Amino acid sequence: MMHPEQDVLLAPEENDVTTAIDSSGGKSDGPAVVLRGLHKSFGSQVVLNGMDLTVESGETLAVLGRSGTGKSVLLKLIIGLQKPDSGSILIHEQEVTGLPLDALNEIRKKMGFLFQHAALYDSLTVEQNVAFPLQRHTKMTPSEQSTRVKELLASVGMEDDLNKMPSDLSGGMQKRVGLARALSLKPTILLLDEPTAGLDPITSGEIDELILKLQEEHGTASIVVTHDLHSAKTIADRIALLHEGKVLLDGTFKELEKSSDKFVLEFLKRDS
Amino acid sequence: MLSSDTRIPRRSFSPDAELSSSLLRSTTNSFWNLINLFLEWFGDLGLFAWQVMRAAVRRPFEGRELLRQLDEIGSKSLPVAALAGAAIGFVLSLESRSSLVRFGAKSMLPAALVYSIIHETGPVVTGLVVCGRVGAGIGAELGSMKVTEQIDAIEASGVNPYKFLAFTRIVACILMLPLLTLAADFCGVLFGWIAETLVEPVSFHRFVDQGFIGASFSDFLAPTFRTAVFGLIIGTIGCFQGMSTKGGTAGVGLSATSSVVISSLFVILADVILVKFILVFFP
Repeated sequence: MMHPEQDVLLAPEENDVTTAIDSSGGKSDGPAVVLRGLHKSFGSQVVLNGMDLTVESGETLAVLGRSGTGKSVLLKLIIGLQKPDSGSILIHEQEVTGLPLDALNEIRKKMGFLFQHAALYDSLTVEQNVAFPLQRHTKMTPSEQSTRVKELLASVGMEDDLNKMPSDLSGGMQKRVGLARALSLKPTILLLDEPTAGLDPITSGEIDELILKLQEEHGTASIVVTHDLHSAKTIADRIALLHEGKVLLDGTFKELEKSSDKFVLEFLKRDS
Repeated sequence: MLSSDTRIPRRSFSPDAELSSSLLRSTTNSFWNLINLFLEWFGDLGLFAWQVMRAAVRRPFEGRELLRQLDEIGSKSLPVAALAGAAIGFVLSLESRSSLVRFGAKSMLPAALVYSIIHETGPVVTGLVVCGRVGAGIGAELGSMKVTEQIDAIEASGVNPYKFLAFTRIVACILMLPLLTLAADFCGVLFGWIAETLVEPVSFHRFVDQGFIGASFSDFLAPTFRTAVFGLIIGTIGCFQGMSTKGGTAGVGLSATSSVVISSLFVILADVILVKFILVFFP
């Protein structure tokens, strides 16, 4: 039997993007992402070693950890860009490991991904970048697409840069456009890979505010990979600290601060 | 008591023999590594081709992107292909004239020129010119997209990059190579006539009439469509090298270079094989 949410998930072409999400902004009762016993290695290097994690719908989870602990790999596993060695990944209660490509692409349409360096298509303008998923997955007319793109770019403060090329934008502006593109299909799950990395503190603060604002407007479940503790504290409902391929600590930022674990203390001390 | 000479252990092999043995071992190892790399590359290319073929038969068929690639690969390669054809026609006409005059076969010049251009020079020169322009372009563009995660971004947005990026470029190469060859052939014959006219004025109409004496449609068709295979080679190798780029900007440069080198070698190899086929099927 198909879950009503899955019905929407698996047939987005049948719907206009504006109607593809339910009135609650994509929230559902069940967890958005469930990871069970996830293992991933690259040669002899074990990156994830039996990781378990759950992200509820509408919740923002910040994933922290040292460099090379598999935070970005985790996001790529969730969206299916890499395959786990073993373990289970459930997106809205649907198992995605081993799904055929067509079915996986249907799931991907419900996820927005902001890459660490934005990964804007450098042969397309800002407007074309944001319109790309709309052209591919909706039956919107060009004028409807244009309206939607302008709305999205206005929501990230980039409405005056429609015709610019990605190479003409600063790092922060590229992240904003990347965020607009990630939100174009009104995803129920947002994956953000170091949204504030390489940005100055003021621009980082602006990006954090933007994520919070969009979170309120769209109510998506978000997984934010970051090294920025201040950013994690600002935007996340919950923190997951990765260490040696597993979640060492899963709780609120206050719980993280109160922890007496040696690694957690060292991690926090470094930042302060 | 032993003398100092008797205490020295005797070698079972001379130093030269040991050196030779070590050299032989390292040469054999290098050779096997090379063979392994070659087989691995072919295996990866086969898997890539399979992914592209699987993606190609599924909707949507990427018509808009295909049109963009037809323009990018076809229209933008036209000047360089035409120029190469013109240069070859001009030089062939000048070079072959003196030889034909020596043997009293000056009247054969138009036919020799047309035959040479249509059968071999036009297709091969076009193939190699497109290898340089398009092969390098595809390798560098897709390589750059790979290292900046743009290909991952396409995949993450639910679009199959094998179809959107690779299939469209390969089909555009297959369709455009014969057309570019026609343009190069035409320019070759035209500039061959110009070179001849500069020495001994002759009307273009007469030059073409003499050139196509005894030529049949199959003389023209098979060599021109042979270039569709060149297009398949250039597109497939360019896309494969680009999409398997590793190692940042240095990797992008390597992909561009290897796309040109490998596709040029395969175009020449395919030319040799296809000429034999054409001689068998279109005698």
